[in-house]
Amino acid sequence: MKMNTVLSNNNKVISQSKTKLRTEAVSLYYGSFQALRNISLEIPDRAITAIIGPSGCGKSSFLRLFNRMNDLIAGARVEGGVELDGIPIYDKTIDVVELRKRVGMVFQKPNPFPMSVFENIAFGPRRHGKNNVGELTDIVERSLHQAALWDEVEDKLGQSALALSGGQQQRLCIARVLAVEPEVILMDEPCSALDPVATLKIEDLMRSLAENYTIVIVTHNMQQAARVSDMSAFLMMEEDRAGVLVEYGPTSELFTNPKDKRTEDYITGRFG
Amino acid sequence: MEIRTVFHKKLREIQDDVLAMGSMVEKATSYSIEALKERDLDKAHEIIANDLQINKKRFNIEEKCVQLIATQQPMASDLRAIICVLNIITEIERIGDHAEGIAKIVIMIGDEPPLKPLIDIPRMAEKVNDMLHRSLDALINRDADVAKQIVSEDDEVDNLYDQVFRELLVFMAEDPKTITRATRLIWVAHNLERSADRVTNICERIVYLVTGKMEELGASKY
Repeated sequence: MKMNTVLSNNNKVISQSKTKLRTEAVSLYYGSFQALRNISLEIPDRAITAIIGPSGCGKSSFLRLFNRMNDLIAGARVEGGVELDGIPIYDKTIDVVELRKRVGMVFQKPNPFPMSVFENIAFGPRRHGKNNVGELTDIVERSLHQAALWDEVEDKLGQSALALSGGQQQRLCIARVLAVEPEVILMDEPCSALDPVATLKIEDLMRSLAENYTIVIVTHNMQQAARVSDMSAFLMMEEDRAGVLVEYGPTSELFTNPKDKRTEDYITGRFG
Repeated sequence: MEIRTVFHKKLREIQDDVLAMGSMVEKATSYSIEALKERDLDKAHEIIANDLQINKKRFNIEEKCVQLIATQQPMASDLRAIICVLNIITEIERIGDHAEGIAKIVIMIGDEPPLKPLIDIPRMAEKVNDMLHRSLDALINRDADVAKQIVSEDDEVDNLYDQVFRELLVFMAEDPKTITRATRLIWVAHNLERSADRVTNICERIVYLVTGKMEELGASKY
């Protein structure tokens, strides 16, 4: 499905935004089980796209297509095209490590490494060959500022990241992704382990990050998708349990005037 | 760190739209009285055409409110603010309709000679505009006291209406040939009286927004 809108939920002019990620008739199989069927959509650059749908419809599987995380699952097989900036990312020539640097990921549960706040952020850049302490210090500070965490941890950089609150840990994980200067940030239920205030802080952070990054978020929390995203995609399972794309469009339209009855039924709580 | 920045930014934008709509309607009301005083039919036609813009603005604000409710799930005072705006824009739009009504009366009057110099009717219009303007300031400032004060000022408009009515009644009693012209002026005054009542409804909504209580704040005489 193509973007055909003018103004999104958050006043972003989506139609003029270029496509960052694209799937073309993509299907995903885990062995003989088909998890996703024939999904085509275009995800705009520097905007937030939410993937919503009932449990088990393949939202997370769909998200993981974009940094080839499904490669790690035995028997996983992708058919169709997935592109980043027009380049097919399932091509044999693609360096997956480099891809995952460009397409970062934040997970459901905050997963800081058992090391200091500083080392958590410096970890990625070090892996990519940056060892100059001055440069690393700059990266750590910049990333923490970008993740709206600096003010809360500037005097705790040497302390264990495990001592931070859940919301702070999740923002630390976002800072850790930002430290390697990605272009796309995939978020898989990033707030489901957080309290409401920490959730709203992450949502505000996402909005400010969307100025410079392409964000794709999977959430089972429809209200969150409505609040935070510019575009929304609604996935659901067909009878054989394969996930299909039912509707894709500007969030403000999808949540006020969905075109497909199945979307209407889902967002009004009639099923799911 | 302020949270829900997107929501608050959009709510401010909606409030700015309400102010813009308010000034469109204030202008319509004062133009309608100018058209009446000057027998300016072009101006009257212009007011009627502009009313479409006012109606469009109202739909536009309403749509933004619906989107904000659907996407941001506002609660408590945030929810009341949107409900308040939805009610207020209906009232503002109706005040615009009253101005349009006056413009239509101006067209009906055409080039008939004036019955008398207009004094109280323009005063009514000025008072209506003053009340509307301050009520929207009270909305922005979340000021229930000012809103209640404005409601009490509706009596001034009612008294002016009484005065206009009595005066025109005398004209009609003395010379039945003036009945048509006098009746039309009474219609004009009635439109303005209704506009002031609409402002009191706006004020009731502002009190609801601030206090969370829905209350009738003083029934109009008419």
